[in-house]
Amino acid sequence: MLALALAAPAAAQTPAPIQLDYTQFTLPNGLRVILHEDHSVPLVSVNVWYHVGSAREKTGRTGFAHLFEHLMFMGSGHVPPGEFDSWLEGAGGNNNGSTSNDRTNYWINVPSNALELALFLESDRMGYLLDTMSLKTVDAQRDVVKNERRQRVENEPYGMADVVLNEMLFPEGHPYHWPVIGYMPDLTAASYDDVVAFFKTYYAPSNASLAVAGDIDTATARRLVEKWFGDVKPGARPDPMAIPGAALSSVKKQTITDRVQLPRLYLAWLTPALYAPGDAALDVVSSILTSGKNSRLYKRLVYDLQIAQSVQAFQGSMALASTFVIEATPRPGHTIGELQTIIDEEIARLQTEAPATREVERALNQYEASFYSRMERVGGFGGKADQLNAYYTNTGNPDWFNEDLARYRSLSPTDVRAAAAQFLPKDRRVELTVVPEGNPGQRR
Amino acid sequence: MKLTVFAFVLLLAGTAGVSAQAPDRSKPPASGAAPALKLPAIQKRQLTNGLPVWMVELHEVPVVQVNLLVLGGSADDPARKYGVASLMASMLAEGAASRSSLEIADAIDFLGADLSAASAINSIGVRLHVPVARLADALPIMADVALRPTFPPSELERLRQQRLTSLLQARDDASTIASLAFSKVLYGGDHRFGTATMGTAETIKSFTAEDLRSFYATLFRPENGALIVVGDIVADKVLPQLEANFGKWQPPGAAGGRAGSTTTGQPVTRVVYIVDKPNAPQSQIRIGWIGVPRSTPDYFPILVMNTVLGGAFSSRLNLNLREKHGYTYGATSNFDMRVTAGPFTSAAGVQTDKTSESLTEFFNELNAMLKPVPADELARAKNYVALRFPSSLEATSDISRRLEDMLVFKLPDDYYSRYVQSIQAVTAADVQRVAQQYLSPDKFAVVVVGDRKTVEPGIRALNLGAIVELKVDDVFGQQGR
Repeated sequence: MLALALAAPAAAQTPAPIQLDYTQFTLPNGLRVILHEDHSVPLVSVNVWYHVGSAREKTGRTGFAHLFEHLMFMGSGHVPPGEFDSWLEGAGGNNNGSTSNDRTNYWINVPSNALELALFLESDRMGYLLDTMSLKTVDAQRDVVKNERRQRVENEPYGMADVVLNEMLFPEGHPYHWPVIGYMPDLTAASYDDVVAFFKTYYAPSNASLAVAGDIDTATARRLVEKWFGDVKPGARPDPMAIPGAALSSVKKQTITDRVQLPRLYLAWLTPALYAPGDAALDVVSSILTSGKNSRLYKRLVYDLQIAQSVQAFQGSMALASTFVIEATPRPGHTIGELQTIIDEEIARLQTEAPATREVERALNQYEASFYSRMERVGGFGGKADQLNAYYTNTGNPDWFNEDLARYRSLSPTDVRAAAAQFLPKDRRVELTVVPEGNPGQRR
Repeated sequence: MKLTVFAFVLLLAGTAGVSAQAPDRSKPPASGAAPALKLPAIQKRQLTNGLPVWMVELHEVPVVQVNLLVLGGSADDPARKYGVASLMASMLAEGAASRSSLEIADAIDFLGADLSAASAINSIGVRLHVPVARLADALPIMADVALRPTFPPSELERLRQQRLTSLLQARDDASTIASLAFSKVLYGGDHRFGTATMGTAETIKSFTAEDLRSFYATLFRPENGALIVVGDIVADKVLPQLEANFGKWQPPGAAGGRAGSTTTGQPVTRVVYIVDKPNAPQSQIRIGWIGVPRSTPDYFPILVMNTVLGGAFSSRLNLNLREKHGYTYGATSNFDMRVTAGPFTSAAGVQTDKTSESLTEFFNELNAMLKPVPADELARAKNYVALRFPSSLEATSDISRRLEDMLVFKLPDDYYSRYVQSIQAVTAADVQRVAQQYLSPDKFAVVVVGDRKTVEPGIRALNLGAIVELKVDDVFGQQGR
């Protein structure tokens, strides 16, 4: 029945190319610009990626890249404190930013009549952030960020697990060892001078890229970008990072406690970096293990045996190295040990026998469909402007959609088996267990 | 793919034709006239069994969203069966016609589709999102799930255990506890809104397949539903497919009676409810009372008033508690409008040692809201609500949700075309009037989920009202207030 709808059996099908027209240019100050027209709704998104994340932080100043992100909304040379949000919201816009290990991104969505306001605000903080910066501003956002950490990490069930996992996976001194949100004493220590130095080192236009997508006329948008960003002073590009190695040579185990009802198991590996060979195959491994009711771990643990409440696997792709994590929560009355035995059985099976063609196709069809769904919005996190900037940042080509999809489409069941065998060794991984507080039976 | 690479040309040339003259940054550039929004045309048809079909053609991306909506949801759960709508909806995809749970999941995943079934307060939706090339393959599966569920006993037992465990895990999360406790103290355990959508452990344990079938038969009837189709389709071409899959659907016997809505009064005095979460680094705060139904004639003034108070980033609550004082990562307020009156809630997670200070600031802002709003602040709030409206019509799922709202809340056909002018018509006097009518800070319920030993002395010193300790068991059980 299925074959009737598709031009050819899915396995042989070449997906329709994703067409996304764009214009690219570079300003004399080094800012890379990408423009994309989409007139379906009268909206524009202005999206900037600065090529700096928590990986660039210094010892004793963890969390600084993210704290700095907060300061970018606090006004700049020609934007009094408080007016960044106020002016934008008064024009029907909204905005946000996020910080990861590798980059910091910002977006402003506005009705298309307010494009120039968005470009003015975005360029003013790129060029003149320090003109209004003060210790008082830093102190105010320091408190907000500490509350963000309390809300997302300390007061969040199992919230410390990710922090501990990365500390176990990456050696001390590796830039992924510490959490993006940072440690509390380091947030306390961040100073005004740190802000000045960080801005001068990492926030030059030559270390950023700008994507403007939506209801624009390309020639007009280009003129406005040149008008507003042309006077931002150039700066030196930061030195390339020295990338320390990270490798696990044995099984590292740890148990932590949390105020939770049920224990949770995390198994984690160091895996190939974003877009490196093996990265896409591990995405497919994660789908085969835990995406949908028929996925191997979900079906056995949650559906058939019903000894787990949830199980999830994911390849967390990052620029220097990735992590593959499986997390599983037992049902009341069942143990971490029961889950681990079965997880190990299923990994071993995937490492020795290639998965069925249908299993792989099912996963690939889902990835393919996600590429279309990702085209539905121009703005915000994951909208087209953000994707163009992400591909540009990570590959040098904003229009890497079809190449990205081809990474998945080219995979065979044998490739998937090989990735599981090569990258998920049982004797080199991290095993973290979270147990309920006051449960002496499971304390270490 | 086509691409235009100017970049290399410019890089090689060394200079671009950019004027070195700095732009005038002395004031923000004025925005031009608001762009005209062409509202998507809704094509309304009907299948031979009377099922209405609303379609919107949207040709930018080769995907389509198909929703079968029935009117009625968790609010219609019968007494002592709270949670039946939610469980029934989740069971739809667990077996349908000759298909098993695993077969449905496999087929849908293989198509790269998403198929979900979920109950909201006033509606239940079976929703399909699929690449348009695979719509013909996905529709029969969706139709089986929506029209011919089998409610297999083994799947019911599995979901029952999963839900009981979810309810246990909900006790871990201060934010979940706070929201549930707030609903409970406002509406009481007997009113549907006083209990979690999922129900309680007692009701979840009691449900039988017959309960699910009976509730299904009450709501899932062509005369009580509608099909919504949004995406890369041509209405006349997709209609025969819809007819083939949904046109023979007939009501399963006579409709059962629905639960009458329970009414409940507003709180008469301010009470502070504390739920102890020992050693919590933050306190989760909820403040408010019963709000308004979606049919309120004051919908637009309330929307603007709430935007001033806590509906946007630069609203008063957030500017005060987050930007000025740094007590929180964010403070908000919201009128949850349902067919009948849902709660008005102001909320934040605040650091434990600033809990009483935060409560003081909350009440400062809530009380200040009763006074006149300055003209520039009012204009900003109105523009925010009116001008961002196009962003709610971008993706197929956005537009289908707007159509669902029209159906569930029986909005007039010209509702969205009059939306912007309805906002612009709101006056400062309207905002003050609705604030005084719908906000009574001295009667609000206050819920604090936090480290009681640390926060209670400060809260007590504020003299906000009586202090009542709620146990987590009270919050999750079905006893009254």
